[in-house]
Amino acid sequence: MTASLEKQPNLDQWLAITGDGRVVVRSGKVDIGQRISTALAAIAAEELDVSLDRIAMATVETGVSPDEGVTSGSNSMQDSGQAIRLAGATARRYLINKAAAQLDVEPASLEIADGLIRSRDTNRSVNYWELQGDQPFEVPIDPEATVKAPGDYEEVGNPQTARGLADLVTGQPIFVHDMNPPGMLHARVIRPPHYHARLHALDESACERIETSGVRVVRDGSHLAVAGADEYAVVKAAERLAAAADWDMRGGLPTADIFDAMKTNERVSLPVADGIPRREPVPDLPDPPADVATTLTARYEKPYHMHGSLGPSAALAQTDGDKIHIWTHSQGIYVLREALAGGLGMAEEDLHIVHVPGAGCYGHNGADDVAVDAALVARALPGTPILLKWTREDEHAWEPYSTCMAMAVQASLDAEGNVVAWSQESYGDTFMMRPRNSPPGEGARRLLPLRYIENGAEDPVPQPAMRYHVGIHRNLDPLYKFPNPRLVKNLVRGLPLRTSALRTLGGFANVYAIECFLDELAEAAGIDPVEFRLRHLDDDRAKACVQALADSLFKDSKPDNRGRGIGFAQYTNSKAYSAVGVELEVSDDAAIKLHRAVVSVDAGQVVDPDGLIMQSEGGFIQAASWALHEEVKFDRDGVTSRDWDSYPILRFDNIPEIETILIDRPGDPYLGAGEAVSGPAGAAIANAVYDTTGLRLRRMPFTPEALRAAAMS
Amino acid sequence: MAKSKLTVNGTAQEVDCDPATPLLYVLRNTLNLKGAKFGCGLEQCGACAVLIDGEPVLSCVRAVSEFDGQNITTVEGLSENGEPNAVQRAFIAESAAQCGYCTSGLVVATTALLKRNPQPSREDINEALADHLCRCGSHVRVLKAIDRLAAAGGSHDR
Ligand code: FES
Ligand code: FES
Repeated sequence: MTASLEKQPNLDQWLAITGDGRVVVRSGKVDIGQRISTALAAIAAEELDVSLDRIAMATVETGVSPDEGVTSGSNSMQDSGQAIRLAGATARRYLINKAAAQLDVEPASLEIADGLIRSRDTNRSVNYWELQGDQPFEVPIDPEATVKAPGDYEEVGNPQTARGLADLVTGQPIFVHDMNPPGMLHARVIRPPHYHARLHALDESACERIETSGVRVVRDGSHLAVAGADEYAVVKAAERLAAAADWDMRGGLPTADIFDAMKTNERVSLPVADGIPRREPVPDLPDPPADVATTLTARYEKPYHMHGSLGPSAALAQTDGDKIHIWTHSQGIYVLREALAGGLGMAEEDLHIVHVPGAGCYGHNGADDVAVDAALVARALPGTPILLKWTREDEHAWEPYSTCMAMAVQASLDAEGNVVAWSQESYGDTFMMRPRNSPPGEGARRLLPLRYIENGAEDPVPQPAMRYHVGIHRNLDPLYKFPNPRLVKNLVRGLPLRTSALRTLGGFANVYAIECFLDELAEAAGIDPVEFRLRHLDDDRAKACVQALADSLFKDSKPDNRGRGIGFAQYTNSKAYSAVGVELEVSDDAAIKLHRAVVSVDAGQVVDPDGLIMQSEGGFIQAASWALHEEVKFDRDGVTSRDWDSYPILRFDNIPEIETILIDRPGDPYLGAGEAVSGPAGAAIANAVYDTTGLRLRRMPFTPEALRAAAMS
Repeated sequence: MAKSKLTVNGTAQEVDCDPATPLLYVLRNTLNLKGAKFGCGLEQCGACAVLIDGEPVLSCVRAVSEFDGQNITTVEGLSENGEPNAVQRAFIAESAAQCGYCTSGLVVATTALLKRNPQPSREDINEALADHLCRCGSHVRVLKAIDRLAAAGGSHDR
């Protein structure tokens, strides 16, 4: 049974039949552009035998929706999808039995079409809405309920139009940024130059002038904000207040080279076995076995990356007596509620948090923090709705990044080209800074604004994540059958920037390292890279995924000036499998031009094929952007990547043709797929660059400068 | 405060505000048209694009006073009687949005491109969308939507 069901075992927590002919489906997972609500609606419609347009996906809010933790880790289909499937099946059986009693017929004689239950024997019928409209079921979900056989699916697996798409393309106000309740004030926050600075002095006369102009100044310790009815006046006031603040810089950010720091800084080192870190001494790297033919070592590196949501984070907050209502695009409303209640010394019931869409976030971006900023301002201006928006600069400079990482790999081959020894050590800061409140008090430390208020929270001190395939050790464990791999995670202390969860966590960097290094080994062994992978895999689905990719990528011979490369992984060694192939060209000015990508994905039973393809395409494009362009830069005085010029990303002029091959597994469990493509994509690009230039790119980003430097050395 | 006269989606409007206010704030707040989005406020991302006399313009920096007397179309104004127009339908057909935050700007830019050039080459498209960022990676779908429209001979019913 999934955690979601264990926590919310009752049918009424997930489903309701309304008197007006709809089925309300409650999920704790939020739609962040990954089309989860489209897939969940299809599952509910399928199990209940109603048409899709009868399904209403309920707003996700505390106190009403199931608590499903955070929408992350590609878990939504496995958690919520499975819960809703069983809820639908339980409800269907309940309704059949109820109808049978009411119509005085055998349940087996009943058939359902769009909620109409009809007896084949008597032709009498009753529909869901008459039978159950607006009434609670008051039964638990049966974890053993008989679900539909895939052969009988009518909705699941069909092409579907994403819910809400028409609203998006016609510009309807669906984002939290668009909210506009009566009496609302716009607000902006004024941040210090960097994390460690605190307010030294504030020019009081400047504050007075701002107040006289009709804009409120809200100050709590080093947390500064302005609020007013006219948004542009607020924007200007924020600039004036920033100029009026004198910050105590407290030393600034550490400026040592991050890749050196990952070698020399203090760190917590733990061996990892079967995807789980062990509290044991790290074994020494043994000498290669005596009879090996070759031993190779390499160090791969990636810098800090940002989520870079296209819309800066925003939230609306309003107090009502002792209560605070917050409208937010947070991915984890219950997690946020617990942390914030603790931080503000409030009862959890007094915080009511409602999910409203924001721009795509791909992990823990500024969503939770801006909700806290808004709540702080709302608390200072009781009863007034406060729409607080971060600026582009706020988002770029203050969101928690994906940590820089380094991967030191070593492997030995025997005379037949088999890997007989494998070691990988991965280094980096934490990915695990979502505002989870364990131990108590920790949640508040992870909410950025609470560190700046009077008597604010201390900076959090990350502890090594110990669960299966999380953080730095996500996909550290290769799926390949290497004898006794030596795997070590190193949580490095004293790195300069704030970090947390970004799509794939350490998976992107680890798979980049493994899959590039496999190409190095294959070359040393004189074996084709596809063949080299296949011979070290014993999972048939993995092999089929690689083979499907290879069949398509290598179908035709490539143009002379192009290179091809591949990468493969099963996300967390337990979710979707994906192999990625890339065909690219390196221009005379050392720029990488992407021509073609082929992605094969096995995500188990396919529910929403087009949604799955989109997630794969989006994952590829974002990974290509990370690989080719992205690097958060900073100096002693703070982050210097503060806009899209100083933090460039992939644009329309370098989007390849992308072919996605879905390997459907009818009846098999859904496997989360939102993050499966990223790691293989990064590796495939590096391998393709090697194929055409002979340059091994072991540090991202692969900019023209990096390619030129590699060519020189 | 000063008055600016604008025609927005076919309706004459007189707005009374600080003349330095960027057009985007006037559209979103004064006129309550939330289609154009604030993405950067720096003319770097395309989320705020609108049409001025049919030409795409970024609205997040330039002051409303610069647009006095001009004819502005926002993404809302492209729909016909509340129904999506051809470009919007093509975006739906190709699922050319994930989170959709970039979408208004892309619909606007695509509309302008196809009006000028009903059968754009890939280079033409790249140039027209050069200012537009999408972080979800919906690019492939946007390109397909444009191909679909080009195949239909551009979009007739704008
Ligand atoms: S908001 Fe105008 S270009 Fe980004
Ligand atoms: S669809 Fe999310 S930014 Fe483009």
